[in-house]
Amino acid sequence: MTEIVRIAAWGVVWAITLLPTNDIPAAEIPPAVRAAEQARIEAIARGARAAVAIFAGEAGGGSGVLVSADGYALTNFHVVQPAGVAMKCGLSDGKLYDAVLVGLDPTGDVALVKLVGRDDFPFAELADSDLVEVGDFCFAAGNPFLLATDLRPSISAGIVSGTRRYQFPAGTILEYADCLQVDAAINPGNSGGGLFDAEGRVIGVNGRASFEKRGRVNVGVGYAISSNQLRQFLGCLKGGRLVDHATLGATVATADDGRVVVSDILESSDAYRRGLRYDDEVVALAGRPVRTVNALKNILGTLPAGWRVPLAYRRSGRRREVLVRLAGLHTSGELAKIVSGGAEAEGPEKPPGGPGDDGEGKRPGRPGDPAPHGGGKQPEVVLPPPLAGLYEPRNGFTNFHFNVVERDRVARSVAARHPFPAGDAPWVVSGRLEKGQPFRIELSDQRATIDLPTGTSSIDATGELDATPAPPGSGGLLAALVLWRRLLREGPGALGRTTYWGTVPHWDSDPHSGAPGGAGDVTAAPGTPGGARLVDVLDTAAASVEGRFLVADDGFVLGIDLWPTPDADPCEVRFSPGEGLPTAMEVRHGDEVFGRFRIERIDVEPPAASGTDPDADTPADGGTT
Amino acid sequence: MTACPMHAMAATRRWAVLAFLMTATVGAATWGATPEETIAGGARRVVKLYGAGGVRGLEAYQTGILVSPQGHIVTVLSTVLDSDGIDCVLDDGRRYPATLLGADPRRELAVLSIAGEELPFYELPPSDPPPAGEAGKPAAGVSVGTRVFALSNLFGVAVGDERVSAQHGVVAAIVPLEARRGAHEAPYRGDVYILDCTTSNPGSAGGALVDWRGRLVGMLGKELRATATGVWLNYALPIDEVARGYRNVLGAGSELSPPTPDPDGLPYDVALLGIVLVPDLLDKTPPFVESIRDGSSAARAGLRADDLLVAVNGRSVASRAAVQQALAGLADGDPVRVAVIRDGSIVECDLGPKPQAGRKP
Repeated sequence: MTEIVRIAAWGVVWAITLLPTNDIPAAEIPPAVRAAEQARIEAIARGARAAVAIFAGEAGGGSGVLVSADGYALTNFHVVQPAGVAMKCGLSDGKLYDAVLVGLDPTGDVALVKLVGRDDFPFAELADSDLVEVGDFCFAAGNPFLLATDLRPSISAGIVSGTRRYQFPAGTILEYADCLQVDAAINPGNSGGGLFDAEGRVIGVNGRASFEKRGRVNVGVGYAISSNQLRQFLGCLKGGRLVDHATLGATVATADDGRVVVSDILESSDAYRRGLRYDDEVVALAGRPVRTVNALKNILGTLPAGWRVPLAYRRSGRRREVLVRLAGLHTSGELAKIVSGGAEAEGPEKPPGGPGDDGEGKRPGRPGDPAPHGGGKQPEVVLPPPLAGLYEPRNGFTNFHFNVVERDRVARSVAARHPFPAGDAPWVVSGRLEKGQPFRIELSDQRATIDLPTGTSSIDATGELDATPAPPGSGGLLAALVLWRRLLREGPGALGRTTYWGTVPHWDSDPHSGAPGGAGDVTAAPGTPGGARLVDVLDTAAASVEGRFLVADDGFVLGIDLWPTPDADPCEVRFSPGEGLPTAMEVRHGDEVFGRFRIERIDVEPPAASGTDPDADTPADGGTT
Repeated sequence: MTACPMHAMAATRRWAVLAFLMTATVGAATWGATPEETIAGGARRVVKLYGAGGVRGLEAYQTGILVSPQGHIVTVLSTVLDSDGIDCVLDDGRRYPATLLGADPRRELAVLSIAGEELPFYELPPSDPPPAGEAGKPAAGVSVGTRVFALSNLFGVAVGDERVSAQHGVVAAIVPLEARRGAHEAPYRGDVYILDCTTSNPGSAGGALVDWRGRLVGMLGKELRATATGVWLNYALPIDEVARGYRNVLGAGSELSPPTPDPDGLPYDVALLGIVLVPDLLDKTPPFVESIRDGSSAARAGLRADDLLVAVNGRSVASRAAVQQALAGLADGDPVRVAVIRDGSIVECDLGPKPQAGRKP
């Protein structure tokens, strides 16, 4: 009933000038109109139930929106920043819940928090914001001027005024790229709340508005972070990370003839290694056309650092398409400084760039690392009892506790999907190459060996992995397979420092060669680049070797990217799923395909001799599971 | 907006009927059946304009409406147009330099021209000379309660091929404009559409007001405060007035050279009467007459050099700017009477009907 009253309130605003009388008998209203009205009432009720009123004590507060039954809620970075790690959140049921900070994206002004106390929170689904059109009905549910003293949200309705808007950042943070513009009233306190479509699904998170001489109140120009951008960051945020936005490593400018051309490019960038050069025309990025400089900023501004997306460019009339890995806008130190309020002086920082650095904050603290930026001087966080055990500070992370949660979730699904015995018996992978020649790979705790028509290569698999890529030309296939075996056999604890990275786009068909990956077409996630789907990533480091595992929803390890040294092209291994075991493997390095392997059998043999376990797989550091 | 159940039910019913009416209206739309299509169709005919400004709270951008296949654009006469290089950007990203063809100072309407091809445009209604007393009457089909979309380059948000912003609202009142900006009263006194959405934003001026059938019904006005209350007004000039202003400028321009300011920078209206005032050197330059053009209405009325203008049609004028303001507030053809101080005494002069903009005296 309360929702009806609320709808009525804004219904009046729209309707009162139109109709001279209040006295229209209910019987005269056509059933279709009643049905449409009822649908709208229900949509607004759904949005209202998912709305969160966030209270940050004397620091103010704002709004949020629940996106899962287990209590994950999206809001703005600028709403939670003054609140700290713990906050109180009110829902439309009139109850107050404790919530803990999970992940932060300061550049995009996004934060993820988790409400506790229920496993059946009402929530709203994230819609595909690419389908939103100017003129669509929309409404905001939030806590403007912190009016929700009874915890029930205020609703303001309007239309979508503009799509794919770009709002310049403040410095390097709070950039609103590819955002939605609405004329629904967005006032101070609406920040962080959901923007909903006619079905009550989330199309964005409200966060900014254009104010002018009339002071900080609505003038019919609000901006919301698109749901598709939120979806792209959600995995990283759930992993408790301090997430960074992407940069191409190149700047562009508009040429006299209107083309968007590269005006500068870093030689250390992946885009440069993939062939992009000064004066090339950028045609498309992440599956979207680039016709203006703003369009490129819009696309880049919605992508997490470390993602790999298709880039199309044109040189001398010829169009080329490559996949590029995007570096981070900030160093992890810069991000930490932003989050802690920027008060501290920092030591020299390594500039971003190259794959070793592109995912800021993706590595846990190492024993030799300096103290966490800001973390060492932060006061001890005292959590209310319901949040006990839900917060763990860690350098480069917002809340490491949730990284462990996500890492273990992925580890469990990997273990369930791959039926390998846990013993230390060597594995022998055999089959044929594309042209029919046989290959044989033997992976044991001590050594990894590959027999190819071109020769035999071998590496020491004990302890820290050799940084010398073997076999030659592969970029480090054997090291990648050693890590693969350790993951499948013993889980991430055996890998050294392993963390959950988040989600990345994955193409079941390789977008740059068209070679089938074997899994067939899987429905792409809405708004993901070029029809990709989002898959989980585990990040692992052993000595200088860094690896990333791509894990499908069902736990199948889709691939490994392995960097024997940072700032170089990784060895990329992609597996085709079969019944339990992979049926094929494609290996790439840089722009070259090293080989396509048809896997005929994987034998697990008993130990050849009385090999004593050298205990090589013990995690070097903190591999808690 | 008390949340009393009784009111709620009545309102809910009204809302439902409203939804029905909306559906019925949209069904007859020019470009399509949905608001999305109506807005998209309208936005193609709206342009982003860039000119002078960017300092002291004056924006360097506003909005314009394409009204002819030859690339004529109507917009609001403002300081943005005080530039040799006015840039015009279309909905599809095409960019053209725009030329100022002329202005109707009373309606504060300017006409620009671009040399584009295959331009989408709104056809303005025919504007026969309005019958006496009919000026400013609303266009057929627009009444209080008409649902509208405002399409404009507010806050300069849209650039390049990005579409202008769309806001929704209703025509809340149709009343004569009584408004000012700072100390200056708006010269236009006819009816305007008062809107319930915030259109008094930077850059909105010159935007299109379209109904839910996609018809152009008005042009968004500039940022003005109501004289009586000081509140910011969200208003639009009705389409018939837009059409008259447009043809005023064009009609004059087709017979004579475009009404460009005199070399010494005198404003149109003063020059039209044949009065040359002393150069504008101070914030409030006293309106002394420098010279009078031979054969002009001012000469016929007996005005002389060194006269000090003190009143126009009974309104006291303390500065050159005030003279211009007072004259701009008159419609073409309105009688013009001025009072001057000459040799210590006040002399009144009848200058006859105000000449049409663009015609030399």
